[in-house]
This record gives sequence, C-alpha cells and structure tokens, in this order.
Amino acid sequence: MREITYLEAIREAMQQMMRINPDVYLIGEDVAEYGGAFGVSVGMLEEFGKERIRNTPISEDAVIGVATGSAVTGMRPIAEIMFSDFITIAMDEIANQAAKIRYMFGGKAKVPLVIRTAGGGGTGAAAQHSQSLEALIAHIPGLKVVMPSCPYDAKGLLIAAINDDNPVIFIEHKLLYKNKRYIQHVPEEIYEIPLGKGDIKRDGKDVTIVATSFMVKKCLEVSEQLKTDYAIDCEVIDPRTIRPLDIDLILESVKKTSRLICVEEACGFGGFMGEVAAQVAEYGFDYLDAPIIRITGRNCPVPYSLVLENEMIPNHERIKKGILDLLRKN
Amino acid sequence: MKNFLIIDGHKIKDSYWELEKSLMIEMLQKMYEIRFFEGETEQFIIKGQIHGTCHLYVGEEATAVGAIYASEKKDYITSTHRGHGHCIAKGGDLKLMMAELLGKATGYCKGKGGSMHIADVTSGNLGANGIVGGSIDIATGAALTCKMKEKDKIVLCFFGDGAANRGNFHGSLNMASIWNLPIIYICENNQYGMSTPIKEAFNIKRISDRKCAYNIEGLTIDGNNLVEVYNTIKHFSEYCRSGKGPVLVECLTYRWKGHSKSDAQVYRSKEEVKEWMEKDPIIRYETFLIENGVLSKQEAIEVKEKAIKAIEEAVSFAEDSPFPDPSTVEEDVYA
Ligand SMILES: Cc1ncc(C[n+]2csc(CCOP(=O)(O)OP(=O)(O)O)c2C)c(N)n1
Ligand SMILES: [Mg+2]
Repeated sequence: MREITYLEAIREAMQQMMRINPDVYLIGEDVAEYGGAFGVSVGMLEEFGKERIRNTPISEDAVIGVATGSAVTGMRPIAEIMFSDFITIAMDEIANQAAKIRYMFGGKAKVPLVIRTAGGGGTGAAAQHSQSLEALIAHIPGLKVVMPSCPYDAKGLLIAAINDDNPVIFIEHKLLYKNKRYIQHVPEEIYEIPLGKGDIKRDGKDVTIVATSFMVKKCLEVSEQLKTDYAIDCEVIDPRTIRPLDIDLILESVKKTSRLICVEEACGFGGFMGEVAAQVAEYGFDYLDAPIIRITGRNCPVPYSLVLENEMIPNHERIKKGILDLLRKN
Repeated sequence: MKNFLIIDGHKIKDSYWELEKSLMIEMLQKMYEIRFFEGETEQFIIKGQIHGTCHLYVGEEATAVGAIYASEKKDYITSTHRGHGHCIAKGGDLKLMMAELLGKATGYCKGKGGSMHIADVTSGNLGANGIVGGSIDIATGAALTCKMKEKDKIVLCFFGDGAANRGNFHGSLNMASIWNLPIIYICENNQYGMSTPIKEAFNIKRISDRKCAYNIEGLTIDGNNLVEVYNTIKHFSEYCRSGKGPVLVECLTYRWKGHSKSDAQVYRSKEEVKEWMEKDPIIRYETFLIENGVLSKQEAIEVKEKAIKAIEEAVSFAEDSPFPDPSTVEEDVYA
C-alpha cells in the first residue's frame, strides 16, 4: 500500500478534482512555476496550464473577492492564501461577502469557494507568519472551517470541500506538509470525508483529549508516553472540521471518560476550544467528574526565537503536565 | 556644482559633489557592510542556525544607501521583509541586528521579532515588515505626523514591486496626494515578487507611471547607480520638505540571491542573474570613486576590510550572547 505525505495528499485531491471538473481552478500568489510557497502545487502548472493554475499579483483581498465572484457565477475556485495570517487582508471579502451572499440573497445564490491556507507556528517565522486564526473565521456564520491533521483526512476533506456549494476555509499546517514521520496510506481513488464529522484518533477510557491540526500529533505522542509511564489511557478526538462541529462525538467520549482536556495551538482567549468547553458544559455537564481543562497557545503574538516559540506554543511537556494534573486532582 | 542632470526627463540638481569626501567613502563602506552582513547571514542559514527565514538584500545595496544618505538623520524610514540593508544604511547597530537573527536576548527585539521585524524607532527606523506592503500606510501615517507636528521631517517608504499591487498602496498614495504629505515612496523594483516577474503582475511598463493616478511627481531611475539614487532622493527630499507633496521613485535593481531561505529559482535563468551581477552596484560605485580621485585603490581595500571587521565583531557578539529566558515570553503583552 502506498504511503504519501500530507502535502502530496492535498495536491492529489486538487489534481483529481481538476481532471474531472473543468470548473475547478487554482488561484493564488506564486502557485504556478514556484508551486506555492510550500510546494503544494508543484507540477500542476505542467498538467493544467496557466489558465487554471493562475498566478496572481500580491493582492489577497482581490484574490478572494475575484474567486468569490467567479464562484457565484459558476466556477469552483480553490484560492490559496500563502500564510493564514494574510486572510486578515481579505477579511472583508471572506466575512462580508463570501460568507453572507447565500443567506442575504434569500438562498438564491451559492458560493462554491475553497480557501486553502497554511497556518500555525513552529517554523521561526514569527508574529506575522505563524498565527492560528481559525476562531476568527469560525465565529462567522456562513463559513465552514476545516483543519486536517493527517494525509488521509486531508485528501478526503479537501475533495468534500471542493464539492461543497458553500465557502470552506481549509487550514493546513506547515509542520505536517513534508514530514515523513506522518506519512500514511491514502487511497488512490477519489473519496470524501463529510464536513462536520470528527474522528477518534486513539481509543481510551481515562480522559478525552480534543485537539486540532498539529496538536493532534503532539497529543497522540503524549498519550503513548502516558500509557507506558503511567498506564493512563487517553482518548484523542480530532473534530477535523471545527465548523460545523461534531459535538456528539465529543459528548459520547466524555460520557465514557468523564474528563475533558482541550488542546489548541491558538491563543486561548476567545479560542475555538472555548466553544468546545462551553458546549460540553452545556450539554454534558452531568458526565463530567472534573473541571474542563484547556491547554492553549499563550496569549501573546508568536515570538521568533526558538526558546520563546517553544514556550508560547503548547509543547509535549505542557500537555503531559495538564493531563497528569487533571487526573491527580481527582 | 551648479550642474543639473536630466534623470528620466526630470531636471535634477547634481548635489553629490557637495558632499564631504568622508561621506562619499562612508557610503561605500555601508554598501560593503550590507554585502558582508548578508554573506554571514547566508552562512548561518546554511548551517541551520537561523530558526526562521531571511530575505537577503545582496545586489540592491545602492538603493538603500543612496536614498538614506540623501535624507537626514531625523527623517523616518519604513522598511520591508528584505530589510537588513535599510537598517544598516540608517545606522543600525550590526551587533544588535545579528543577535536578533540568531534569536538572542541581546538582539534589537530581544529575540521576539527576527529578521522581518527589526526596528529602531528612536533612530527613525519604523521597522521591517513581514507583511508585503504592510509599511506603506504606516509610512503615510508617519508623514501625516510630519505634516501636523514634526514639520521639518520627511519619510522614506521602501517597498517592493510586488507590494505596489497591494490595495493599501492605492489608498495611501491617494491620501498622501490629497493631503500633500512629505513622503517619498521608493519602489525597489528588483524584477520579481517572489517567483512572479513584473511583466506578469503589471500591464504597465513602469511602476512610476502610477504617479498619474494621483497627480504626483514620479520617475524611474537606475537603482544600482548610487550617485543617481543619491541625487534623485536628495532633490526630492528638498521638494518634500518644502511642502510640495509626495513623490513616487521607482529604483530598478535586482536581487542576486533566492527569494528567501529555500528557493530553487526555477522562474529565472542563470544568464539573467549573471547579467545583473555584472551591474554590481558596489563595484560600480567603487570604480567611480577611484576614477574621480576620491579614493585610491589601496584606500578602497581598507574600506572593505573595515566593513569585514565590523561584521566579524557583530557575528562574535551575536554568537556569544545568551538566548532569552523563556519567562520573558509574556513581557510587553498588555492585553
Ligand atoms: C501580504 C503578503 N502577501 C504575501 C506575502 C509572502 N511574500 C513575502 S515576500 C513576497 C514577495 C514580495 O515581492 P516584492 O514586494 O517585490 O519584494 P521583494 O521580495 O522582491 O524584495 C511575498 C509574496 C507576504 N509576506 N505578505
Ligand atoms: Mg520584488
């Protein structure tokens, strides 16, 4: 069985969808010859040509606005924003236009737009190239937000996103792209993973960990350590799409373990895990035997120096300590 | 001395020869400092000692040095992601710069910013910027301060050809025009925005033609010719300072190195790079100084050695400095 990287899975999803549907095209800065800043679209220019692998000037707002306009009129654009930090430049187009057109027009229009972007830190790219801004987008009704943590999910979710008639923001993680440690079997055929369905990445009975994107990997690694060192059995849930949110899957797990830890790379204040915690408190309070714990990025910009960046973004030690504290508290 | 030059159809005073000889030589030294600073930075990148990314200014030295020396110390500048050259030309401390690149506590930003965020606000350097075009409106705001309060100052706003297509370029130049702000927009046209050649990003021949849209002064000059850059910016800094409003100067130049840390450069040919390397701004200026008797060949070598020494000292300082204490991560967080 062939195993491929996260980056290859994303590329394959785009290639296969572009082969079967001439309305699908890729638009963004340096996506053609260069293959995008992270090399995701390398080789696609040769197959599909400049018309469909469309390089743009540095105009994020216009890229998203133009993609939206073409989506409303029948195309199915995949717009790449190099770093997720730059979606803020296109926030009007995303939040006031793409997200609202269908509703505002009384349901009489659709916006089949996918925005692919690279989020997260750990690369020393500092404050303006490392943020995790998913909560900012997920707050807005009318946007679906996807954060795959592995190659299999990335391919199936991206295909579902391209087939979706509504705007989907697809946030990839830079540290997952090429890391051979995380290669995985990915079917060669086209398949979809429905948006709004989470996945149990590790079965366990002692504590439920909800994590997204690269944090899923860290939590899985910590879970193995805790199994060996403390015989603690963690269940790791990856919501995969943060909006719509598969809260039922999380509640089911909390019912079993009675404890919840939420782990996210983003700053905690106003973050997505606050939503998860609130919903579990609302609908699953009786299942809980302990307070809900959040382990999040510190509430500051992402610093440059490696020592500081490691301190800002949740690391293995911090996650481990959080779990141990929670279990001992009881 | 009263000579006028015609640069891109504009009558421009040849004020270079009014400079003190020491300043003429200092400009050569600054160009060398930039060249060698970037050389060491590249070595650190290769050795894996730079955690983030860096954008090297090699090949574009005459633009930063010529323009900044034509302005005054008190004036403001804003820089870009490719900002080491502007910082050095503005008198930035090489030691603090190098320490910042290595993520050290002694760096300009205490290790929090890195290459793309080095700033020295007290000396008028309002900072590099990780967001392409991010400084265009910041610079325009500084020019508003100059208009409203600090009336003898002007602003030099550096940005790339790629940045000229950001929406805020339009908003800023329009405001600067209607409010008559004292700012020189210096577009460093190095032929590419990352992999995108200018012919693919613009349907106009010259970026300076955009002056028409705002009814402001503008021209295109040879950004690899230090004397031309100096004379042009000197001329227009006087124009700005006397309240005549904003200017758009396009400097034609070329980046010798890849866009950033990893760039296979599939979008351009080796011949093209070679062609531009033959227009080396440093060699051109050094030859100019020697030919005009400002400097002997031996003195030129000494200037170069002085620059090398300054960079060596910066490297030692940076290497010997400690990393920041992890507990400082939430320092300067106010909300
Ligand atoms: C708003 C924004 N979009 C994209 C990027 C990624 N990026 C960094 S530098 C660069 C090219 C900039 O080109 P130009 O302005 O010509 O400057 P140069 O690198 O040539 O000096 C791009 C696309 C960014 N940092 N900010
Ligand atoms: Mg450029």
